[in-house]
Amino acid sequence: MRVSSSSLLRVFRFATSFAAVALVFTSVVLTCSQPANALPAFARKYGLRCSACHESWPMLNYFGQKFKDNGYQLMNDRDAPIWQNPGYWPVVFRITPIWHRVSVGKVQVDTYTAGAPDGGQAITRVSSSGFDLSGLDFHTGGTLEKNISFYLLPSSDPTGAFHFEQVFVRFDNIGHSPWLNFKLGRFELDNLLSEKRILTLTGNGGIYQTYHFIPQGDGNIFGQIGDNQLGIEYLGHSADDRTRISASLVSSSDGNVNLSTTANAYTAFIAGSQAFDLGRAGVQRVGFYLMAGDASTYYLTEGGAPIAGSGIANKSFSREGFVGQFYFGPHIGLTVVTQHGSDNVWFGQGYGNAEATDGNGGTTCAGPALSPGCPPNNFPGTALPTGAQAPSWNGVTFEGHYIYSPQLIFISRYEVEKMSQQANGAACTACFSASSGAFTAAGASPSNFGNISTYTIGFRYNPFMTSRAGLAWHNEYNWLHQDGTGPANLTTLAPTNLNTSELLMGLDFDF
Amino acid sequence: MRTRLQNWTLLLSSAALLMFPLASSAQLTTSDIQTRIGAESHVGNVTGHAKDAAPDYRRYCVGCHGDLGDGNGENAVWMQPPMYQQPRDFQLGVFKCRSTPTGTLPTDQDLYDAITRGFDRTNMPQWNTLSKQERADLVAWVKHFSPRWATEKPGTPITIPPEPEVTPERIKAGRDVFAKVQCWKCHGVQGMANGPSASTLTDDLGRPIAPFNFTDGSRPKCGDTDQDIYRIFMTGLDGTPMPSFADNIKPDEAWDLVFYLRTFMAQKSKEKEMAKQLALKPVDPNAPAGQQ
Repeated sequence: MRVSSSSLLRVFRFATSFAAVALVFTSVVLTCSQPANALPAFARKYGLRCSACHESWPMLNYFGQKFKDNGYQLMNDRDAPIWQNPGYWPVVFRITPIWHRVSVGKVQVDTYTAGAPDGGQAITRVSSSGFDLSGLDFHTGGTLEKNISFYLLPSSDPTGAFHFEQVFVRFDNIGHSPWLNFKLGRFELDNLLSEKRILTLTGNGGIYQTYHFIPQGDGNIFGQIGDNQLGIEYLGHSADDRTRISASLVSSSDGNVNLSTTANAYTAFIAGSQAFDLGRAGVQRVGFYLMAGDASTYYLTEGGAPIAGSGIANKSFSREGFVGQFYFGPHIGLTVVTQHGSDNVWFGQGYGNAEATDGNGGTTCAGPALSPGCPPNNFPGTALPTGAQAPSWNGVTFEGHYIYSPQLIFISRYEVEKMSQQANGAACTACFSASSGAFTAAGASPSNFGNISTYTIGFRYNPFMTSRAGLAWHNEYNWLHQDGTGPANLTTLAPTNLNTSELLMGLDFDF
Repeated sequence: MRTRLQNWTLLLSSAALLMFPLASSAQLTTSDIQTRIGAESHVGNVTGHAKDAAPDYRRYCVGCHGDLGDGNGENAVWMQPPMYQQPRDFQLGVFKCRSTPTGTLPTDQDLYDAITRGFDRTNMPQWNTLSKQERADLVAWVKHFSPRWATEKPGTPITIPPEPEVTPERIKAGRDVFAKVQCWKCHGVQGMANGPSASTLTDDLGRPIAPFNFTDGSRPKCGDTDQDIYRIFMTGLDGTPMPSFADNIKPDEAWDLVFYLRTFMAQKSKEKEMAKQLALKPVDPNAPAGQQ
């Protein structure tokens, strides 16, 4: 069929108009020069744009890190609240309405024949999508007096159930020295790559796997660097924050309150870093961290139920690694975190989390210890299974950023966690089985059992930013692969690998 | 024949053409400023380029100093004297903290030091977390806002003679200098910023400005070493009522004044101890000249 010249002209005009509109829209998106912002409580107080402290909210840049290290002070002799307008209230609300699609590659499901279960089972992919909501955060922080500061963060889950995510008081610049600062309360460990300031929001991409990885079946939930912990922290830094050191002593409770889990056990966390000025490339920082502690594997019981705070028979664990924050000019950044982790052999056999806490002070195991579904308890006289060995692993996180402008950042992350020694050795005859939750495993676990590899990509665009409120259009995709943790093959009964993915779009706002 | 509409159009166009130079002289535009984007700075062995500073200026500075560097950023409206000082208008090319004589442009190092040190009791923090290159680029960026750098050279930094040993006699002599050049009129007889003129002071733009209070533990804006304080009253703080005393006092007298001012400051010092032993009294504004 011939197309008339007028039709072609209309098509051409439409195409050029569309291209022009698309170009204008893209230009507006990419070149919009609105101001940039972040936690408005501080921005309001100091009149600085949030981009001054944040690479992209909530991730800090070096200036923001220094502000935080000084106890949320600019050190301009106007930090104390007495200098603020009496109406100033340092509170910020943050919540994120989202749409997301979660896809789990392998799920064991019932099969049906003629409208009724036929007793059979199959393995299939389950995908679910819909509109959703994050929890609500009430950030409030600032100074109580010059060099005395606080942070309080009541946080809810999406249903509105609240807990205290962070609560602490800081004493800074003791004796006028930036090398003497202390903090007491519930806080994030001094990680250069802060999980609480992560730029991603999906279930698996919204945490750093390197900070949370534990071997399959391992009962040590207490060494999770990414979680807020209860304790005391010393921090010292040079005047320009190029050199930083910190040491924390925290309860081995993974931040749970009321001494409900492993009381009488402590964990130390030490971190240090040094920044170097490399001219046009920018300021580069390298550092290390070391976490070493112990946690109980046995709880006194009454009627078989654990008595809160009665943990004993402590066993040790450690995590250590290097951190690097590298810049390649003003737009490209790369952060690298490595980790070598090891747990005591008892943890590898499932001991430790006798109360099966859910991470927020609640318990998921209501029955007495050793009842079906509950973790094992290291009663006096308990012997380790033959062939049990201390699990250890290595992991690394690469997180790259392309910072087009303070308003637009592209994020990519790749993480891999690999077991170097499984808890169940070749001589196992009745070792702990992660899948059954009982001492039924024989022989060595596959060397890659529980290994994780995951990548996350996304971008955050802030169409406007002021020092009064913030809004980010957030788009993200995460893919995670774990070896051997899918449902067993229904024919061969061999373990299978599990892939999950999540696509998320949302509006992350605070005011 | 022209219609009435054409006449009005011609009239308005002529008026607009006549007004244009006036308007542009009152307020520099983006295109005026853009012509100086090639501005450079030289700080030590680092060369800064204005064109490379745009991302950092936008990230860190524009909220207060504004897109055009005129001090009219979005937050400027909230920075009201006397609690805060308004952000600097870079277009004027007038700066307080300089090593150069009054009325002259500062050196690149002066601007670099200001960015690094920040200004106490203002919203201008220390930007020492930025790399040297970034700070040097920002110096060039600051310079590109003002046409002064296109036509003038920075002044020659003043010479600061070696600091003499502090003695009780020098502190007493410093008190005489304090009386002679009438520092007390603004700063008060005890350095508490409560002199008789204090409440009347305004800067060059007519905005209220408070004199420095030596007693409340604050650090002087342009640095807190003895050399910094010496430099402040020998160069003056341009744009403020604080003049240069380079023509009024000799270098030796300037050092005496530094020592005397130290006796007001909250921080512990030799000068403070000596003043205590001398039981030094504040100057008497009513005493005849030379009879303090």
